[in-house]
Amino acid sequence: MTEEKIKQHTRQVLKSFSKKKGNLIPILQRVQGRLGYLPREAMLEVAEFLGLPPIHVYGVVTFYNQFRLNPPGKHSVRVCLGTACHMKGGYITLDAWKRRLSIGAGETTTDREFDLDTVACVGCCVMAPVTVLDEKPMGKVDPTKVDGLLLAFEREREGKKKQ
Amino acid sequence: MMKTVSLTIDDKQIETQAGNTLLWAALDNGIYIPNLCSLRHAAAPAASCRLCWVEVEGKAQPVTACTEIAAEGMVANTRGTQALRLARNGFELLMASHPIECARCAALHVCELLKIAGHLNVKLNKNPYRKLVHHLPIDSSNPLFNYDPNKCVVCGRCVSICRERGTGVLGFAHRGFDRRATTFYDELIGDSACEQCGECVRACPSGALTFKVSVNV
Ligand code: SF4
Ligand code: FES
Ligand code: FES
Repeated sequence: MTEEKIKQHTRQVLKSFSKKKGNLIPILQRVQGRLGYLPREAMLEVAEFLGLPPIHVYGVVTFYNQFRLNPPGKHSVRVCLGTACHMKGGYITLDAWKRRLSIGAGETTTDREFDLDTVACVGCCVMAPVTVLDEKPMGKVDPTKVDGLLLAFEREREGKKKQ
Repeated sequence: MMKTVSLTIDDKQIETQAGNTLLWAALDNGIYIPNLCSLRHAAAPAASCRLCWVEVEGKAQPVTACTEIAAEGMVANTRGTQALRLARNGFELLMASHPIECARCAALHVCELLKIAGHLNVKLNKNPYRKLVHHLPIDSSNPLFNYDPNKCVVCGRCVSICRERGTGVLGFAHRGFDRRATTFYDELIGDSACEQCGECVRACPSGALTFKVSVNV
């Protein structure tokens, strides 16, 4: 999406809000709802609209887990680092995902296939270490299983190509 | 005329403007209480550094001096064992994530953390807590000063002074252990709208912001 497009979308959202500073979070949610994430230009537009220093908007965006700085990938990978998963080596799983996808937490692969992030307990600790793949919690995800899951995605993609 | 109240801190009879906190009353009268996060003109105290503990007669527990309003006839003690224990603990926790490299730190002679360590009698190389520091790159893009985010103690002094007297490019971002003073999008300070007034450097207590060449501060 071009900078101009991003600005247009953001202004469209801003139309339905007053310049009250308390609107910051609802505005950001709506902009992200439209764009899938909060690009730099969108944050600058919002800051100007509310008369806030841009760093203030950035501070809020980086504080809440719900806000993304990167466009979402086709598939979302959420590695659990809650207490149980941490004890069961969740950070090793995270490292495996990072290595395989060549991105860090909070980032998206350049081909926009995957985005990677962490979560803190998704409520199925018995399956620790857990990775939530496209909203589906997968249990006992060690580095070998990471490879397996990625392979499955690749197969699926190849299958689609053949069709 | 502003109304004043008189009170006693460490056996010293002092006067201060009504509405002042115990912290500013003490500091204005030459009595030091360790503090990092209290800003004089802030609407409400952040009370986040947990260093400014004092004991007040009639109160069962120590209180933070930056949140306690000085009252007529109040009797406070900054050297009570309970208060000092809390302050030391808070300070040791803070120092557990602060790189200790005083010998090559540009802030050596103005460092407030060293002053606090001395005041509380805390040995910096004997911290009981596990060391956990950041490994973020140093920002030396600004011609006037450097910013080492690894040394930021998140006091907010630079943020407040930058909004008051500078261009307002500094603020806090990120969460939990990663929270620190930074710019929009974590861009280099040299690429931001900073006009190099240097106020943030003079305000920084921790050696995170330091002048490139030593100037008189
Ligand atoms: S850079 Fe210095 S003044 Fe600014 S928040 Fe960090 S420690 Fe405080
Ligand atoms: S800690 Fe990972 S699911 Fe609970
Ligand atoms: S100065 Fe009181 S808690 Fe920081």
